[in-house]
Amino acid sequence: MARSVTTQRKSFNTLIAWIIGLLLFFPILWTILTSFKTEAQAIADPPVWFFFDWTLENYRVVQERSNYSRFLWNSIIIAGGSTILGMIIAIPAAWSMAFVPSRRTKDILLWMLSTKMLPAVGVLYPIYLIFIQFGLLDTRVGLTIVLMLINLPIMIWMLYTYFKEIPGEILEAARMDGAGLKEEILYVLTPMAIPGIASTILLNIILAWNEAFWTLNLTAARAAPLTAFIASYSSPEGLFYAKLSAASTMAIAPILILGWFSQKQLVRGLTFGAVK
Amino acid sequence: MSTKASRSAARLMLAPAVILLLGWMLVPLTLTLIFSFQRYLPLRGGFQGWVGFENYVRFVTSSAFWPSVQATVIIVGGVLLITVTLGILLAILLDQPMWGQGVVRILVIAPFFVMPTVSGLVWKNMFMDPNNGLLSHLWRSFGADPIIWLSDASMLSIILIVSWQWLPFATLILLTAIQSLDSEQLEAAEMDGAPVLSRFWHIILPHLSRAITIVILIQTIFLLAIFAEIFVTTQGSFGTRTLTYLIFQRVLESQNVGLGSAGGIYAVILANIFALFLMRIVGKNLDR
Amino acid sequence: MRLGKSLVASTALALIAASGAYAQSLTIATVNNGDMIRMQALSSEFTDATGIELEWVILEENILRQRVTQDIATSGGQFDIMTIGMYEAPIWAERGWLVSLDGLPDDYDKDDILPAMRAGLSFEGTMFAAPFYGESSMVMYRTDLMEAAGMEMPEEPTWDDIAAAAAAMTDRDNNINGICLRGRAGWGENMAFITTVANSFGARWFDEDWNAQLDSPEWLEAVTFYNDLLQNYGPPGAANNGFNENLTLFQQGRCGMWLDATVAASFVTNPNDSTVADSVGFALAPNKDGMDKRANWLWAWALAIPAGTQQEEAAMEFINWATSKAYLELVAEREGWANVPPGTRTSLYENPEYASIPFADMTLRSINAADPNNPTIDPVPYVGIQFVAIPEWAGIGTAAGQEFSAMVAGQLTPEQALERAQALVTDEMEAAGY
Repeated sequence: MARSVTTQRKSFNTLIAWIIGLLLFFPILWTILTSFKTEAQAIADPPVWFFFDWTLENYRVVQERSNYSRFLWNSIIIAGGSTILGMIIAIPAAWSMAFVPSRRTKDILLWMLSTKMLPAVGVLYPIYLIFIQFGLLDTRVGLTIVLMLINLPIMIWMLYTYFKEIPGEILEAARMDGAGLKEEILYVLTPMAIPGIASTILLNIILAWNEAFWTLNLTAARAAPLTAFIASYSSPEGLFYAKLSAASTMAIAPILILGWFSQKQLVRGLTFGAVK
Repeated sequence: MSTKASRSAARLMLAPAVILLLGWMLVPLTLTLIFSFQRYLPLRGGFQGWVGFENYVRFVTSSAFWPSVQATVIIVGGVLLITVTLGILLAILLDQPMWGQGVVRILVIAPFFVMPTVSGLVWKNMFMDPNNGLLSHLWRSFGADPIIWLSDASMLSIILIVSWQWLPFATLILLTAIQSLDSEQLEAAEMDGAPVLSRFWHIILPHLSRAITIVILIQTIFLLAIFAEIFVTTQGSFGTRTLTYLIFQRVLESQNVGLGSAGGIYAVILANIFALFLMRIVGKNLDR
Repeated sequence: MRLGKSLVASTALALIAASGAYAQSLTIATVNNGDMIRMQALSSEFTDATGIELEWVILEENILRQRVTQDIATSGGQFDIMTIGMYEAPIWAERGWLVSLDGLPDDYDKDDILPAMRAGLSFEGTMFAAPFYGESSMVMYRTDLMEAAGMEMPEEPTWDDIAAAAAAMTDRDNNINGICLRGRAGWGENMAFITTVANSFGARWFDEDWNAQLDSPEWLEAVTFYNDLLQNYGPPGAANNGFNENLTLFQQGRCGMWLDATVAASFVTNPNDSTVADSVGFALAPNKDGMDKRANWLWAWALAIPAGTQQEEAAMEFINWATSKAYLELVAEREGWANVPPGTRTSLYENPEYASIPFADMTLRSINAADPNNPTIDPVPYVGIQFVAIPEWAGIGTAAGQEFSAMVAGQLTPEQALERAQALVTDEMEAAGY
């Protein structure tokens, strides 16, 4: 985009955008800052900003009380596992709907989305009972499957809209050249679909990482991810803002960092077919 | 263009997804349906006989039902209004040339990475607390009485918290859509001296219509289910009891699984009516 | 389908891992309160002595309740030890969901447990949960502010004394509120407090035929009194304040008085956390002039073993450790007597070292003043002071609590709040088949 603009206008844009950006980011920044304060400083009025005795005490206390690395590891396994499993199922499904559409394709797609309409709180009892039957309670396998299922419709839809934008002529040309189904997928489609796949993966990891109902209700000690870790720091006895901030920072830091590094990929593919 | 072979291959590739989702939908739904016709009180020993439509009648005639539907609509509608409006403006702004565009974009999307429980807790305690929250300090520093957010402006508080989380998502999708806008067309309009507002109204907005529909559809699916934000802040007090939260109270607080299940079925029906309406629009777009 | 097979296989693997590797490991669900966190920190002693590993699931109170109730009602078997309260214990025991604690060894000395606590955690004379700490409620007030106002708090105050003291201590310019009380909705939050006020005003939840009584004049008087206290002398946003918010306010010196759990005494007198540690006085929960019922509740957080656990013996061993006399001494040795979990054992209050702690005597007197079997002035068909020990209570308590919370926020009058509460309680009781 090579639009020529005056420096004045560019400065104005920059100023406004930065103010809004910082405003939106501020709650996170404040949480991170608070996590390095003492409890007394955390509630001080007037608030203390940057000039206080930075302390790691809160992190030490949190680490002492909960086994952070295990929660983190569970989060990684569950979010990662459900994403991989989901992609294995979603890519072929989206591919077939995008390139071999039938009369029912649209209906199937919309039906898939509608499966997300079942309110989780309403089906907790059935799912819990099923989980007991199969011994899946408090297992990473169980959570991985559930999170995969709840996000599958979104993944398929996102991939479908992305695949659809790949022009069909390219495929026909490849077929003319004698490419089989396998070659077609591997050498023609995949490279074109990478941005869409990448951002689908990222979005799914974010959604799975932040899912806070099933991860809390279907786990106890062994498979509990970071959402459960946080639940032990909300309103305990006494002052807790600084410790809550430290725990919060620890819970969101990994996904925040991942998100920042992959921000470009996420943006490129997050179209949901909106671009046309 | 598809041959018979490729069609059956395609069917095979679609099968796992369809079968899994069918199972994921049918099994819990069937069980919920069965429970909803039962007197099922776990704390009184579980199954206590079939009661026909009693649970359905009771759920709908309870004084909490319509207010909860209303609360759901207000929250979903409020969040959609805020995120779509601000999302469009923010997307247009971020599309402009500026210094540090990448960093600003990161700052803007960051709230999307925060888990709902954390954002609820942080907003409730560190910002909206009337005694120790940052906003109360701010109000006091101007000599004003702090707003008691969670009780006096409970709906607004929830809408604000949820909007904060979803604004990045809306912005991102709208931004991708704007970037695909033919800039020559815009420049031409600019040269012609079309005022900003008319350029927005006649070129940008129509171009974004599809993206806006998609934002609304996807967000609605997630917003109808919001739970954690309410659970950690108001716990359904002060008129913030949504349909989802009401079902939670029936099933888990009152431990009346039959009644709650009937509520779950209502929620599915209402959500699907709403979604059908939305999907009609999106469905049309998918055909294009 | 290959995928299906591998799923089954991985599930089976997970099962084997779950049952094999953790044979001598107990999963304990507990609340994130200070005393429990201390127990977690000290539990390595238990593991060292017995070789039994412990897996802790520490959750915020509301989430914990929901999790353990869900699990026990479905026989999920996720926990070997659950932290439950006086409300759950008799109900769950009646269902046969808990293991009787008769198997505790003789040197555990069950008779040493305070009679009120033991009674509240028993069903038909058998103890099903062991109290980890127990509490009643009492008045905590600022001696310096009372002195400055030229007033004195009697040891056994009436509600009129409380109202007068609250009025005298309120100093809005200096951000001091005369009284802090629970306002946040929840059967274990505002309803616990409001119910004790109602009891002391001669009100009751149900008559002997289980008809809801919230439309009685006694309820209106009690609720109006509570509402007036908070409107006139309470902190801003009182409708959102639970135990913890009020604790913070009191520790910051923003409350003249606070009526709440006796366990708070050790927090408000702890100089590390409290700015007013050296000027806190204690008094019994008030009664209404001319009525013979004090507004104190009775509660215990207790450890119980869900029936069906594979590790009953190890669980029993842990309970024996965590609620024993020796545990109290261990805490005293490491953290000082003031931090010992209070309110469970007679011997603790007979210990001269503990008796010298300023709040020990008032805690014991408060606990002894509570009688869960006769909570109200008029007879009632239920037990429980600040709760009604029926399965429906959690639901109706919280729903009614939301109406009273809205009242404190100024959105409803006491009349409206009571009218709505009466309607929804009647509804729920009908739904439950009374």
